[in-house]
Amino acid sequence: MADVTERIKSAIESNRILIFMKGNRNFPMCGFSAATVEIFDRLGVPYETIDVLADQEVREGIKRYSNWPTIPQVFINGKFIGGCDIVRELYESGELEPMVKAALAEDASRG
Amino acid sequence: MDPKEIEELIAKGIPGAHVEVRDYTGGGDHFEAVVVSETFEGKSLVERHQAVYNALGDAMRARVHALTLKTLTPAQYAKRR
Repeated sequence: MADVTERIKSAIESNRILIFMKGNRNFPMCGFSAATVEIFDRLGVPYETIDVLADQEVREGIKRYSNWPTIPQVFINGKFIGGCDIVRELYESGELEPMVKAALAEDASRG
Repeated sequence: MDPKEIEELIAKGIPGAHVEVRDYTGGGDHFEAVVVSETFEGKSLVERHQAVYNALGDAMRARVHALTLKTLTPAQYAKRR
């Protein structure tokens, strides 16, 4: 099995919007994870999720990777954006949508 | 964990910070904190939150299940009130 840091890195690099969460988008297992996917659903943009409850190695590994002690964690275009509070704050201030749209537009232009 | 204990840890880790913590479920492990510090000036939200998490250290990993954070500069805090 590949080293956990490598697995995390490759997942982050191969998805425009990636959310490490507890549970999945249909069955979030934590209120903060639920609130986070709800924001991306409201924006109506495609995103991928990784359920940290299904993989203990990733659950611990992602905290080290981003130097962030909590789940959920959101990555856009390979960059760590933050957890639930930050995503909510960026959404409410109107900064999240352009950030997301820019990331996805880049994807489209690459074909 | 007592909200006062969390306030003290944050204030110790970020000298001069104004800290308000409240236990929003009453269960001693879900907290809401507002942290106001001049040191947040020019820092991203991620960097601000990391500063608070670092101040909490092991308590964050072991004893706090959830912490809702609001990190503000004094100017942002003044505008908010």
